[in-house]
Amino acid sequence: MAPNSPRARRPGGARSARTSLGDRLRAWRHHHRDSLRDALNRMRAAPSSALMTVLVIAIALALPAGLAVLLDNARVITKGWDGNAHLSVFLEMDVDEDRQRRLADDWADFDTVKRTEVITRAQALDEFKALSGFGDVLEALPDNPLPPLIVVYPDNTAPGQVEALQTRLNALPEVDNAQLDVAWVRRLHAIIELGDRLIGVLTLGLAAAVVLVVVNTIRLAIESRREEIVVIKIVGGTDGFVRRPFLYSGFCFGFAGGVLSLVLVGTALWWLGGPIDELLNLYESEHSLTGMSPSTVLVLPLFSGTLGLLGAWLAVSRHLGDVEPQF
Amino acid sequence: MIKFDRVSKRYPNGKDALRRINFELPAGQLTFLTGHSGAGKSTLLKLIMMIERPTQGQVFVEGQNLNGFSTRQVPFLRRKIGMVHQNHQLLFDRSVFDNVALPLVIAGFARADIGKRVRAALDKVGLLNKEKLNPIMLSGGEQQRVGIARAVVNKPPLLLADEPTGNLDPALSAEIMDLFHDFARVGVAVLIATHDLSLIARHRHRLLTLREGRLIHDGEDDDHGA
Repeated sequence: MAPNSPRARRPGGARSARTSLGDRLRAWRHHHRDSLRDALNRMRAAPSSALMTVLVIAIALALPAGLAVLLDNARVITKGWDGNAHLSVFLEMDVDEDRQRRLADDWADFDTVKRTEVITRAQALDEFKALSGFGDVLEALPDNPLPPLIVVYPDNTAPGQVEALQTRLNALPEVDNAQLDVAWVRRLHAIIELGDRLIGVLTLGLAAAVVLVVVNTIRLAIESRREEIVVIKIVGGTDGFVRRPFLYSGFCFGFAGGVLSLVLVGTALWWLGGPIDELLNLYESEHSLTGMSPSTVLVLPLFSGTLGLLGAWLAVSRHLGDVEPQF
Repeated sequence: MIKFDRVSKRYPNGKDALRRINFELPAGQLTFLTGHSGAGKSTLLKLIMMIERPTQGQVFVEGQNLNGFSTRQVPFLRRKIGMVHQNHQLLFDRSVFDNVALPLVIAGFARADIGKRVRAALDKVGLLNKEKLNPIMLSGGEQQRVGIARAVVNKPPLLLADEPTGNLDPALSAEIMDLFHDFARVGVAVLIATHDLSLIARHRHRLLTLREGRLIHDGEDDDHGA
């Protein structure tokens, strides 16, 4: 053997260190577990700043999540309203009560009409007095100003059908105006659809905000752990090894923010639940406020965690290269 | 163990840090690297650690040409190199044990194995009873020995030291040098960058001297007969 061959002089104890694949896999798993624990410990070590980050994320997510719940409720409530679509057919003032009843009976026999309902001028006046509180004003008038009314419930509430019926009734000489009361429901639906889109835009914007918050938090974490990163790099830590604790950190911030946002939305719904149910009762709706669906409860924290992960990834790939060993 | 073949390094600012450096370090040899600050000592160490890459020429570690290493492979090269710093580079948020264990954790050693190897390394530098302490509670000499334990814990074939005795008094320096001798004796190639001339004078070893990026002296006056 050559005089300066390492083997010639090395006693048994100085074998260069080797690791088996199994050991490395186990170590890799351990490092994942340690990174997660480390991330949680660091959050616990600086609870106020961690809480700030988590709160910002939670609020940013609670906003679209809460709006989505309200919108879902609005959609459920208004779903049945199309079924109640009816035409309010105001007759000419000179149509008397008998004629009004005969017209109502005639129209009830139309193919496309389910039933009709007569509201005489006197009934209308009574109802108006009771509901509006302007009774005294009406008393002062010489004549009842309210026209006779027939409410027509169509058989088929498909938009085209109802409008055809409206045109047909409007053409009659006794009819002053046949008004489709479903228009505002349709508008409401359109508004709800718009709301859906707005929530989409809002979610996109606020998700970006969550990512940026995490980017900033992780950037500061990298800055404060600069020495550790340098040492890890010097003793042969791979980029993955360096990155891992920060990625877990980002995920934890996101996940915690997601969970907290559920709590915020839940609290807000509980707070609003009473008044909203009362309001719905006033509209004779049997619907009561429904909360978040189980899938939302499951998906929101994971979605938020993913955003955190993304933020951490961006921060790490942007800033980890800046930290290089120097001597 | 290490071979420099006509290695030059020019930094982007135009400064030539190293010019056509040739030398070879065999296993089991302790070598001093000296020169004024700015002479290129740090750059030379950085090339071995692949913190920098040469502008020209080739650096070999264990016969492997570093020019063929991708960025991804750099960590695996560094696992073969123990690095001792002047300022120790210890982490004060964890115990002495955890500091020394770091290279093993990174390399993926089994837990039980880590305990054994860390204690062996700490025993070697005489700090076995301090494993649970935070390094901040240790003296400068002890901190340096923790740094050395960390550098050798995974038994690298190559040990680099950058001013390892810079902040230590002569007695402590001698202790540290004794450790380096021991590692060289078991086959480790040891390269010590220093401008501590008294340290060099006390130990007659091969001496590489740099001036303005050139290797102006390669003294073969060591006592290992390399």
